[in-house]
Amino acid sequence: MSSNAAATLEPSVETRKAILELRNVSISYFVRAGELKVVPNISLTLYEGEALGLVGESGCGKSTVAFAIMKYLGGAGRITGGQILFEGRDMTKMSDEELRKLRGGRMAMVYQDPMSSLNPVIPVGKQLMEVPLIHSNVSEDEAYKRALQMLQEVNLPDPARIMTRYPHQLSGGQQQRVVIAMALMSEPSLLVMDEPTTGLDVTVEAAVLDLVAQLRQKHHSSIVFISHNLGTVVRICDRIGVMYAGELVEEGPIGEVFRDPRHPYTRGLLNCIPTLNADKRSRPLSAIPGQVPPILNRPPGCIFAPRCSDADGPRCTAAAIPTATYGGTGQHRVKCVRVAELPKHVRPTSTAVDTVANEFTTQPPILDLDHVKKTYHQAIGMFGGSGYDVHAVDDITLAARKSETLAIVGESGCGKSTLAKVLTGIELASGGKVTLAGKDIGNTAVEKRDSDTKRSIQMVFQNPESTLNPSHTIGYVMERAIKKLKQISGKEARVQVNDLLKTVNLPLEFAARKSRQLSGGQKQRVAIARALAGEPEMILADEPVSALDVSVQAAIINLLVEIQRKRGSTLLFISHDLSVVRYLADHVAVMYLGKVMEFGSVTDVFAPPYHPYTEALMSAVPIADPDVKQRRIILEGNIPSPQNRPKGCPFATRCPRKIGAICDDTPPPEQVSPAGHRIACHIPMAELATATQVVF
Amino acid sequence: MLAFLSKRIALLAFTMLVVSALVFAAFEFTPGQVARKVLGPFATQNQVDILNEKMGLNRPVIVRYSEWLGNTLTGDLGFSTLYKTEVNSIIWDRLGNTLLLAGTAFAVIVPLSIILGIAAGMREGSILDRSISVGSIVTTSVPEFASGVFLASIFVIWLGWLPGTSSLDTGAGWSLWQQLILPVTVMVLYDLGYVVRMVRASMVEVMTRPYIRTAVLKGLSFRAVIMKHALRNAMIAPFTVILLQINYLITGVVVVEAVFAYPGFGRMLLEAALSQDVAVVEAAALFAVLVSVSTQIAGDLGYMMLNPRIRFS
Repeated sequence: MSSNAAATLEPSVETRKAILELRNVSISYFVRAGELKVVPNISLTLYEGEALGLVGESGCGKSTVAFAIMKYLGGAGRITGGQILFEGRDMTKMSDEELRKLRGGRMAMVYQDPMSSLNPVIPVGKQLMEVPLIHSNVSEDEAYKRALQMLQEVNLPDPARIMTRYPHQLSGGQQQRVVIAMALMSEPSLLVMDEPTTGLDVTVEAAVLDLVAQLRQKHHSSIVFISHNLGTVVRICDRIGVMYAGELVEEGPIGEVFRDPRHPYTRGLLNCIPTLNADKRSRPLSAIPGQVPPILNRPPGCIFAPRCSDADGPRCTAAAIPTATYGGTGQHRVKCVRVAELPKHVRPTSTAVDTVANEFTTQPPILDLDHVKKTYHQAIGMFGGSGYDVHAVDDITLAARKSETLAIVGESGCGKSTLAKVLTGIELASGGKVTLAGKDIGNTAVEKRDSDTKRSIQMVFQNPESTLNPSHTIGYVMERAIKKLKQISGKEARVQVNDLLKTVNLPLEFAARKSRQLSGGQKQRVAIARALAGEPEMILADEPVSALDVSVQAAIINLLVEIQRKRGSTLLFISHDLSVVRYLADHVAVMYLGKVMEFGSVTDVFAPPYHPYTEALMSAVPIADPDVKQRRIILEGNIPSPQNRPKGCPFATRCPRKIGAICDDTPPPEQVSPAGHRIACHIPMAELATATQVVF
Repeated sequence: MLAFLSKRIALLAFTMLVVSALVFAAFEFTPGQVARKVLGPFATQNQVDILNEKMGLNRPVIVRYSEWLGNTLTGDLGFSTLYKTEVNSIIWDRLGNTLLLAGTAFAVIVPLSIILGIAAGMREGSILDRSISVGSIVTTSVPEFASGVFLASIFVIWLGWLPGTSSLDTGAGWSLWQQLILPVTVMVLYDLGYVVRMVRASMVEVMTRPYIRTAVLKGLSFRAVIMKHALRNAMIAPFTVILLQINYLITGVVVVEAVFAYPGFGRMLLEAALSQDVAVVEAAALFAVLVSVSTQIAGDLGYMMLNPRIRFS
């Protein structure tokens, strides 16, 4: 699309009033090591009614900017220079009294992690009522009325009851709605949202984002929206600012920046996020090499130059880089000397996807799950006589063949991690059969498994920080794993450590380091190397990339693909992220409340016929491309608690395509296509097949 | 709630039963016979035998334990060989005296430690915080007998404002409250610092929580943030510790009571133990356990009240 078309989407600059203006603001943290200039110099303007997204990887200073706007930086942080003009008045010169009047009144904030942002010992109603009581000087009755009305506006069911609830009695999505309601109580002209949907399930995230978009229309608040997820920014914002190492490297209208990103860092970010419409066969993910430089050691010139593939010698590294305006609209600003000369960015395109074909399809599966169940008994009362059963994993039949990636995807509480525990022997299956490479392992606890079974299945965990023992060197960790799993001597094992380090693309010197000296991505590489130590037939990766920044995530995903190609190992990939699953998987199982709702090859699952739940999941994923269209399906309500699990289809309580009482009463039949695509639904497969693509 | 309470009370009864058996066994199996302990080293064997017979001590231990347990339950605590009177006629007076002392000290310690702890913890590292923290360490680290003697030499010997002993006898011209001042002060000084530090630590932790940030960014004044949002959360953790102080105040006051010759429960227990007064020690031990288990129950209940996450789980 041309940039002219994009420009017409934006109202002209002159007619708009600036709500917030940051002029050459510098922010520092004062710590023992000295002054950390986390944000050396940032300028940006937010106009009335506009939503500006600030994106970047962790540590790039976006949250610091958000809290600086609220003038709340904690004990160690200080604004060391510049002006923050809010509705024309400089906040850096305001007294505490003046700030108090603004905060919660004219400007309000929505936080990441709503649970901890709400006071646990005060009912949410009271917490909401505080806002009008402070700022509007109203009576208790009036405050109650306003709070009730606001809860209604954020679409909370039965608001009068919610008013009396404590935060821990609400679900994550409800808590975030309460926090949003609290922020809107006094009709602020500026709303600062700091990662408001991070940590929420994807369907809940979608509902919250829709709510924000809808409330934006109604209340005309300007929004600063901080996120690490470019997709959420596309859903909410008019403009985007890309931050890197405390600097705003590119800024402009969403359309212009996404269609024609000019800064190499923005391009790098876009190239390393998997999108719902591409997989490993059609499009490579390119990671950004290197790491964000330490704050105390800023390179002169362009801060991104050491990692930039387009860097042009001394031009980029000699002197500070000015911010230049690009394009006709005058709104696209880029901090790069080569802004005008770089070729137009081409997104790696998605071509038609080929079918899953590999030489092993005829072989018997490596991993075979046959009606596997895991039931926990939840005891009530002193001796646990009464109580109820929680069917964490309920009758799951799946298989994975050699050198294939089987992804299990679902929201929190769907049973995917319990399944992993059963496979690794941390938990025993309550029913059914788990066969790994011909051996029945479902009823053997990990401590009773023989060393060959342990060798043949190894795990990679979500959080590499806590996986590695901080007091051991990387070399020792790996050597020990090799020794234990392969039953060989320490001398032989030490030789193999080097091979493993090479496999995961780490320098050999790392063997002598301890985990605290490594970055998050490097730690995850070590964790993968450790899992590979015994050359397992099966690697079980439970959310291995969800704690990592996108550029690191891309590198780790590429590593997994590469290892699999080289070694032919089977990967069971557990994730909540559909884009990553789409990219990496050969077969996908979609789980909901302990059941597999849909299973099939990645191409079958991501195209009609969809299971209504898969369809809703796909429509909820925020996509970092304003030109990709998505059908919107909003799921009502929350995942039912395991106590009152629906009798019929587990998804019946939220299903937008529910056909009647049969869904509530009868478990759905599993319909199988000739290609092995399985859907558990009462709606006939032929009818499900008439659905249009969710993402197009 | 009712189920919780009845479960706790059943547990309390069970604990008491176990303790009674342990205390009884302790006297039964320590060297020397009870009658010999009562009569002293110079009694003849004949006299010992007669007392054994009279007290029924030659019967099997299980019979005697059941009898003692039955008596205790019906309110008969036995005969004190030291005070040569029914245990009932001495223990309640002493207990009353100690409750007066402990109650007064508790009434000072609780509000004072909360105020100081909150004041110190609301701004970690401030001058106020540092002064209170250092002050608490100093007072807590001075032992009671030292501060008792120190305070006595100032207010009794030098200034002559207060009596040196607190026998609770008003005949000497000192009123009851004048006699209480020094023992209470010593107990407060010793115990306050500990509780203050607990409250402070909890407050410091609470002040770093995101909901405090939410409260500040709502536009609340600092005072409102502390009073409405921080205080109650900061009280959850130290609440149990504060109630545990009751145990210390009732049974741990031996030193203070000895220093000021205060006719209290702790001193009685000490004297009885030194002269092998079985009945008194047994009764006192049971009471001490009763106090400690009851404060635990009160602590759990209060914890539930303060913390809705427990109440509605």
